[in-house]
Amino acid sequence: MDFTHTEIQTMLADSVGKFINNEYDFDTRQGYAGSDQGYSEEVWSTFAELGWTAVPFTEEDGGFGGGPTDVMVLMQSLAPGLVVEPYLANIILAGGILRRAASPEQKERWLQAIIGGELQATLAFNEPQARYDLASVHTTATPDGDGWVLNGTKGLVPNGGTADLLIVPARTSGATVEEDGITLFAIDANAAGMSRNAYATVDGLRAAEIMLDGVRADADAVIGEVGKGFAALDATIDDATLAVCAEAVGIMYVLKDKTVEYSKSRKQFGVPIGSFQELQHRMVDMLMACEQAQSLLMWSVMKRDAEGDDCKRAVNSIKYLIGTEGKKLGEDAVQIHGGMGVTWDLDVAHYFKRLTTIGTLFGNADWHLDKLADTAPQP
Amino acid sequence: MHVTFSDNDLAFQEEVRAFFRDELPDDIRKAMDSGAEMQPEMQIRWQQILYRKGWAGVNWPIEYGGTDWSPVQKYIFAREEAFANAPIVIPFGLRMVGPVIYTFGSDEQKQRFLPDILASNVWWGQGYSEPGAGSDLASLKMRADFAGDHYVANGTKTWTTLGQYADWIFCLVRTSTDVARRQEGISFMLIDMKTPGITVTPIILLDGKHEVNEIHFDNVEVPVENLVGEEGKGWTYGKVLLQHERTNSAHTFRSEYALRKLRAQAARSVRGAPPLADDRNFMRKLAAVEVDLKSLEYIELRTLAAVTSGRAPGPESSFLKIKGTEIVQAIDELAMEAAGYYALPYKAEPSVGEGAETQSALTYFNNRKVTIFAGSNEIQKNIIAKHVLGL
Repeated sequence: MDFTHTEIQTMLADSVGKFINNEYDFDTRQGYAGSDQGYSEEVWSTFAELGWTAVPFTEEDGGFGGGPTDVMVLMQSLAPGLVVEPYLANIILAGGILRRAASPEQKERWLQAIIGGELQATLAFNEPQARYDLASVHTTATPDGDGWVLNGTKGLVPNGGTADLLIVPARTSGATVEEDGITLFAIDANAAGMSRNAYATVDGLRAAEIMLDGVRADADAVIGEVGKGFAALDATIDDATLAVCAEAVGIMYVLKDKTVEYSKSRKQFGVPIGSFQELQHRMVDMLMACEQAQSLLMWSVMKRDAEGDDCKRAVNSIKYLIGTEGKKLGEDAVQIHGGMGVTWDLDVAHYFKRLTTIGTLFGNADWHLDKLADTAPQP
Repeated sequence: MHVTFSDNDLAFQEEVRAFFRDELPDDIRKAMDSGAEMQPEMQIRWQQILYRKGWAGVNWPIEYGGTDWSPVQKYIFAREEAFANAPIVIPFGLRMVGPVIYTFGSDEQKQRFLPDILASNVWWGQGYSEPGAGSDLASLKMRADFAGDHYVANGTKTWTTLGQYADWIFCLVRTSTDVARRQEGISFMLIDMKTPGITVTPIILLDGKHEVNEIHFDNVEVPVENLVGEEGKGWTYGKVLLQHERTNSAHTFRSEYALRKLRAQAARSVRGAPPLADDRNFMRKLAAVEVDLKSLEYIELRTLAAVTSGRAPGPESSFLKIKGTEIVQAIDELAMEAAGYYALPYKAEPSVGEGAETQSALTYFNNRKVTIFAGSNEIQKNIIAKHVLGL
C-alpha cells in the first residue's frame, strides 16, 4: 500500500508547480483569457517543450507512457493556475481519441503534431439535444463516393473556435441514441460547409457551437472502424472526467486555503472572522470535502490504472462527489469572503466559476448519481 | 500509488478470515444477524475466544499479552471482524483502561489488572461524563479527597454504558480545586464497584433499552494504590484514552457490511412487493452513501499508509469520527426506510417481519448517540478548526 508519488510524478508536480508560481499568476492568466485567442500560444509551446503534452501517450506513440495517476498529478498541479491553455481539449479529448482508435498513419500525421505542440485539435463530444448522453448523436455522415458527407450541429466544443482539427462523432447507422452506428471523423476546421460560433464560457475558457452543412470527409478521415466509435468516445470522456475531477480537487484545496487565510486576517467587530464558530465549522467542512475528494480521486485513478475502461462506477463516484461537495465548497468560499467574494477582481470568484463549470462538464452530479443508482458495485 | 497488500499480509488475512468463519459460535452469529442487542454472556464468551487465540489485546504491546501486529494487520483484522459480523469488543477494558494502565500505571497495577482485562474476567465501566459535564468534560465535579491511605469519593458519573454489569469503573475525579486551569487537579482512579456507597441508576434511552446508567458515589473509599500515575495528571491520561476511542470510531467496515446487506435486501422482492432496487430514489440515496463511505475508506487507508511509513497521520485522521458516524446514521436511516411499515413494531414477535428489519427503527433511534458521544461532532469540528486550520 502506497499513496506517495513516484519519482517521475514528483518531478512532474514540481515542474508544473514551479511554472504556475513563477510564470502564471492570476493577472497573467486573466490577460491570456481575455486575449483574442483565449490562451497563450507561447505558453502552449512551453507545455510541449517541458513534455507535458506527452504525458498520457505511450512511448511507442512518442509519449511519456503516463497513466491516469500521472494525468491526475499533472491536472492537480495545473489547477492553482486556472490554466486556460487547451490541455483538456487537445491532449485529453482529441489526443485520447487518437491514441485509442487512430491508425499508425493517422497518429503519425496528427498525434505527433499534437505532442509537438504544433497542432490544436478538439473533440465535438456534445450535441444541443444530448444533454450528457454521449450516444445521442443526430449529426449524420452519409457515404458519398469514396468519402462521406456530414450534416448536423455540435454544442459546447471546447476550444472549438481556435482548433485546427475537429474530431466529430457522426451517425452512420442506427437510431439517434444508439451506441452502435457512431463513427469518428477527423475534420479540418476550415473545411467547406463548416461554420463555428465561438464564445467564452463562464470560467474564462472558450468553446464553440459548430454547424456542419454538407461537410465532406475523405475515407481516411475515419478514425477507427465505421460504426464502432462509441467505445473510444466513451472511454475518452471517462478519462477527461477523471482529469477535470483532479483539477477540481486542486481548486478545492486552493479555495479552502485562501478562505482560511482570509478569515484570519479579515476583522469585523474587532476580531478575525475566523474566530466565529459558524465560520469555523464551515471551514472544517471545506477541509473534510478536500480530503474526501482527494481520497476518492486516488481510489478512482487507481481503479482506472488497474481495470482500464471498465471502472465506470469509480468515474461516476468521483464526479458525483465533485459535483456536490465541490459546489458546496465553492459557494462557502465565496460566502466567507463576503462582498469581496463576489467581485471580478478577486481570484476566488474565478476558482468558483471553474469549479462550477467542471460540475457540469461530462455529466452533472445528478447524472452520475443516476448511473450509480442503476448499476451494482462489483464485489 | 497502489493499495495491494504484501503476501504476508494476504496470508494473515486468510488466517483471520478462517478464524472468524470457524470460531464464531452459531448462536452469537445468529443474534448478531438478527440485529438484537448482545447479551453479556455472549459478549464475554466471544471475547474469551479471542483471548484464547491471543487476539484480545489487538493494540496492546506484546509484553502485556498484545498481538504486536503492524498497522496493516490491525486494519485487516478489523475488516475481517466486521465482515464476519462478529460482536464489537466492549471497549472499556481492552481499548480504554487497559492502555492507560500499561502506559501510566505502576508495576503492581499492571500485574493486578491487566491479565483480567485481557481475559475479559472483569467488566469495566467508564466514569467520564457527569450530569453537568458532557462535551465540556473539564468542568467535572466528582471529587476524591485525600484521607491518609485512601481517598473519599463523592459525586455522580453518567452515561456509563453497560455499567449495570461493571465490576470495576475507571473515573476522572477532581483531587484539587486549587488550580490555574480546570484541566489540572484531575486524577484517574480505578474503583471497585462493590465498594459501599455506590448506587447504579438505569437511564432508559429513546429505544426503551437499558444501555446506560448514572452512577452515584456517596463517601466511597478508594485505596491510594488505585490512583493511576500521578495525582492531578488524570486529564493527560484521559486524553490518551479518548484518542484510542476516536481511532476506532470510523466504523468503515461495519458500515460497508451494512451497506452490502442493504443492497442485497433491496435486490429481493419482500412480501410480494417489487424490489426496492426498482425505486430509483432509494437507490440514489444508497449510492450516495456508498460514495461517501468509499471516500472515508480511502481517507482511512491514506492515514494507515502514513502511519505505516512512520509519518504522523495528516488532518484526514481527525475527521474519521465525524464522517464515520454521519455515515452510520445515514445507513440506519436507509435500513429503516427499506423496512417501511415493518420498521415500526416495538419489541416484535420473532414471527413478524424478516431478518433485522423490525430492529431497524430502534437501531436508527439508538444510533442518534454516535454523533454525540466521544466528544460530539461539533466539538470535533472545534478541535479541527483549532489544531488543523489554526483558527
